[in-house]
Amino acid sequence: MSAIVSARQLQKHYGDYIAVNGIDFDIPRGKCFGFLGPNGAGKTTTLRMILGLTPFSSGQLSVFDLAIPAHSRDIRARIGTVPQADNLDPDFTLAENLRMYARYFGLKLNQALEQRIDSLLEFAALSERRDARTDTLSGGMQRRLTIARALINNPDLIILDEPTTGLDPQARHVIWSRLNELRDEGKTLLLTTHYMEEAERLCDELVIMDHGKILDQGSPAELIKRHVEPEVIELRGCDTETVNTIRNNISSCRIEHLGNSLYCYTQDSGPQLEFLRNQHGLTFTHRPASLEDVFLKLTGRELRD
Amino acid sequence: MNHWQLPRIRRNALAIWQRNVLVWKRLLGPALVLNFGEPTLYLLGLGFGLGTFIGDMGDMPYIAFLASGIVASSAMTTASFEGMYSVFTRMVPQRTYEAIMATPTDIDDILAGEMLWCATKAVISATAILIVALLLGVVHGWQAILVIPVVFLIGLCFAGPAIVMSSLASNYDFFNYYFVLIITPMFIVSGVFYPVATLPELMQGFVQLLPLPHAVALTRPLVTGQEVTQPLLHIGVLCLYTVISYYIAVVMVRKKLLI
Repeated sequence: MSAIVSARQLQKHYGDYIAVNGIDFDIPRGKCFGFLGPNGAGKTTTLRMILGLTPFSSGQLSVFDLAIPAHSRDIRARIGTVPQADNLDPDFTLAENLRMYARYFGLKLNQALEQRIDSLLEFAALSERRDARTDTLSGGMQRRLTIARALINNPDLIILDEPTTGLDPQARHVIWSRLNELRDEGKTLLLTTHYMEEAERLCDELVIMDHGKILDQGSPAELIKRHVEPEVIELRGCDTETVNTIRNNISSCRIEHLGNSLYCYTQDSGPQLEFLRNQHGLTFTHRPASLEDVFLKLTGRELRD
Repeated sequence: MNHWQLPRIRRNALAIWQRNVLVWKRLLGPALVLNFGEPTLYLLGLGFGLGTFIGDMGDMPYIAFLASGIVASSAMTTASFEGMYSVFTRMVPQRTYEAIMATPTDIDDILAGEMLWCATKAVISATAILIVALLLGVVHGWQAILVIPVVFLIGLCFAGPAIVMSSLASNYDFFNYYFVLIITPMFIVSGVFYPVATLPELMQGFVQLLPLPHAVALTRPLVTGQEVTQPLLHIGVLCLYTVISYYIAVVMVRKKLLI
């Protein structure tokens, strides 16, 4: 199956600063593909290059087998975009927002378009607010409307830049279920996120990016298998003495120490758990390794601003 | 992509124009009060008040002189306001362009649509003045209707430079420079309030390089029923300002937004 987006040695620099440093990737059709990375990793720059809105410094980039920048306009006609910050038109109602956006795609104002607007508002569970102004909507509602707006041109590829950042858990779950529906309909989704849970739930395949480079690529399960031990024991609220006791008594386990928490990564947690259960006053959790463990291992634990 | 590449305008530009019409219709009341109220006050106050002392200017009553000049200058200020405050609002704080640029409508189309809209607003405000002038009895003959397309061109020619200012601005206060250093002086020296011929000769030559005197040279005879002299020169200057400022605006906005 041919790739819907294909990048070779893609690079973008601003003066001396390299935002994207020679990356290669192929985004398969009909899948949800994720770019996972800390702030400043180059995710948004990559999306903007795919949309033809950021001229790249070197390399090749094609979408729908059309080259950028020569065919940027034609490419954008087949893409739906959900930007990081909502940019709905505050002068318009919900329905007018969708109608005007259709006009920017060159779609004709007719009965078919009105039906499409109605069905998109229904998809976004916003039918009742059809004639309200967008500034009266909650954050979650604005996001849903932005997603509906991204579908107005019936796109083959939907690009979402941190689709659930800043939303409450209820709103986030609604968005996830809508995105799953879209993927089940055969749309290709491309999203950036720094929420591991989001990446694990939605993405069939993802790349982990940092400092403008791709560190690894695969399905969430493959990445976990490749980079971390399958089980994790997490201990919280440890003083120095406890840390030393544990370090001296637990073997065959990779230990990471951050603040007053300890993480033990292990192939078989049996012996360690037995030891820990006999220690008084220790609280610990035992869980399977997750994408977050992979992410922190690859990108480090230091703070990003 | 090369920022200096020549722009290509598509039909999508009309969608931008349509967007602005829709917003304007929503705020029709206050917009029309401004369009009719201001020129009425100007013409009554200055035209009759000052006109009593001045009597005739050139070979017409002062109020006719003033009205036929203000048609042009109001097109200038209307288009400049729209090209600065409104365009900047959509370009920066409101992020409307960011949303539009994710569609096949690109900067070339957006700015062409904005300029068409600025010119449309110039026509609306000039029409209001023309109606007031008509009621005051200073409009002579049907040829005055030709002022409408002329005012549209005046609107285009001032919209471009205003959008260039929007691309340079980091906040609204920046526009004070353009108004105080360029628009207001031009308003004063371009023959709106008194004939350019009364200026010192050196000044007259310089003033001919500005677009507003050419605009006035077209609107005054059309409104007051006189013959237009050198129409092609005046139209040519306005067209030149339109085309060059549009191109500069497109390049500047590309540099600002396509990063």
